[in-house]
Parts: sequence; C-alpha cells; structure tokens
Amino acid sequence: MAQKNTDTGSWSPYIAGGLSGLVIIVSVLWTGQFFGASTSFVRSAGMLGKAFEPERVKQLEYFIRYLPQFDWQLMFVIGIFVGSLIAAVWSGSFKWQGVPDMWAERFGTSPVKRGIVAFIGGIIAMFGARLADGCPSGHGLSGMIQLAVSGLIAMIFFFVGGIIMTRIVYFGGKK
Amino acid sequence: MNMLIMGLLTGMLFGFLLQKARVVRYDKQIGALRFQDMTIVKFMFSAIIVGMVGIHFLEFFGLVQLLYKPVVLGENITGGLLFGLGWGLLGYCPGTQGGALGEGRWDALWGILGMVTGAGLYAETYPFLKDNILNWGNYGYLTIPQLVGVNRWIVIIVFIAGVLALFRWFEKKGL
Repeated sequence: MAQKNTDTGSWSPYIAGGLSGLVIIVSVLWTGQFFGASTSFVRSAGMLGKAFEPERVKQLEYFIRYLPQFDWQLMFVIGIFVGSLIAAVWSGSFKWQGVPDMWAERFGTSPVKRGIVAFIGGIIAMFGARLADGCPSGHGLSGMIQLAVSGLIAMIFFFVGGIIMTRIVYFGGKK
Repeated sequence: MNMLIMGLLTGMLFGFLLQKARVVRYDKQIGALRFQDMTIVKFMFSAIIVGMVGIHFLEFFGLVQLLYKPVVLGENITGGLLFGLGWGLLGYCPGTQGGALGEGRWDALWGILGMVTGAGLYAETYPFLKDNILNWGNYGYLTIPQLVGVNRWIVIIVFIAGVLALFRWFEKKGL
C-alpha cells in the first residue's frame, strides 16, 4: 500500500517483531517473566474498587487470587505506554486523535459514537480475556512461543471472534 | 534488580518496538481482521519464531523455566471468542492499547476504562462461572509436541517453515 511508504520513521514489522522476540528471551532469562497484559486490568480494577468499596473487594475471591497491587506485569503495561510515547514523539508520529481513520471513513468523526463502541468493546474483550485466562500477549505471544496448546486454541478463537465482529461492523463496506 | 523497575523497562522496550512497527493502531489491528493489512500478524509471528527458538534453546540447557497455561476448552474457546468479538469492536488489545494512547490515539482511553470495568465484572461473576463453564474440558498442561507425539524441535522447524511461507504469501499479495 502507498500509505506505508510515506510513513517515515516506521520500522519493518519483521524487524521490530524479531527484536521483540529477543526482548522476550532476555526478560525470561533475567526475571523469569513471560509477556502478559490482561491480569493487570484485574489488579487495576481491584485497586480502583478498593478506593470505593474496600470491604467488597476484600471478599471477592478473584481479587484474592490476583491481589490489587503493583507487580511486574502492571509496570510492563505502563511501560508500553511510555515506550510508545517516546517512539512517537521522537519520530514525529505522535498524533492526538480520538477517532481512527478507518472508523471515521465509515461511521463519521463523532468521538462520542466511537467512545461508546470502544468502551463496550473493552468490557467484552477483557471479560473474554479473563475467561480465556490470557490475551494476545499471554496466550498469543507467550503461549505460542512455548508451544502451549492452550495458546494455540485461544489465538485461533481470538482471530475467529475478531473476524466475525469486523464482518458485522464493516458489513457491505468496500474491500 | 527490582521487579517493578524491570517490568517498566521491559514494557518500554516493547512499547517502543510496537509503536515503531505501527502495530498499536486501530487501522492496523482491524486491517488484519479485514484481511487488508497484515502488519500485526507479521510482527506477532516474527516475535513468536524468534522467541520460540531462544526460549526452547535456553530451556534445553536448563537456563529458563517454561510457564504456560493449561488447556481448558470451556475457557479457551468461549473466552477466546468473546475476546475476539470485543477486540473487533475496540480495535485495541490489552497490551497494545497503552501504546495507542502513547502515540496520541486517545480513544484508547475508553477501551482502557472498558477493560477495567470488564475485569471488575469478571471478578464479580467469577464464583458463578467457576461452578459452570470454567474447568469444562480440562486437559491440563499440554504442549503441541506432546499432543502430536514428536520431538519439539521438529514442531519448531515445521512451525517456522509455515510462518516463512505465510510471510512470503503476504508479500506476494501486498498485504
């Protein structure tokens, strides 16, 4: 696509992906930590809940299993934000945008409409990720790297669900 | 070294690479689900094959420990599908959406809020789920080499060959 060539400062996904593989290897070697992200949202929800209803959070079994506190993975998820911010500002590709281009082309530029769908999507995605016991980082990257059958199954269904939903959302749209 | 600092640093490296390859964007994520732009798939599989070789090599020499999730069909399939449906609406993943926010795509904020809500909802319904779908079809800790009954290096070689063929096909089709 022509757009790719004009996107200065971007790296080949093969190179950046391969380097990420090396980062994973070093991480596991040094700290024993495989990549994952979705548990951090449980801890965040627990910390937020503790601010409002500490008694309720204390009772919930799931927050006993995943204590509402900072750990390696939550810092990792925050680090992704920081690293992306640095890369974006450094290469001049930082852009304040509340409605993605592809979305705007189809559904208009209303950030409210986009916000509502994104919020609902987030709820469903995280509920699913916790049910599956992992997301594309935990199951997709870490699971596949270790040749885990659970990772393979989850990854296949992540894409099946995603393809079904985008078919519905962009139904009848131009290719 | 402090685990929290290591988490932050690892996340920063990963976030930098994610942004450089443009993987964090809605248009790239949904583009893959619509078979228009396979950037995220290229990134993901590049990371997987590099990580796979490195981790299994280190594990062979006893330098790292594998840490993967058990196969529970009820969880992996229903959770995977649900995650996919939400992902198709949101267009961001739990791990990468912080990166999307980092490059200024602030609709990711709605996704983050939705995910924290979804995690809280999951914690609330966990006792009910545990007695029902969770644990259905539990096959325990299983790897692809165990399932197929061959040496893991054969699986790795076949996997890499498949991925390289897929990459070649993407480039031929200009995806």
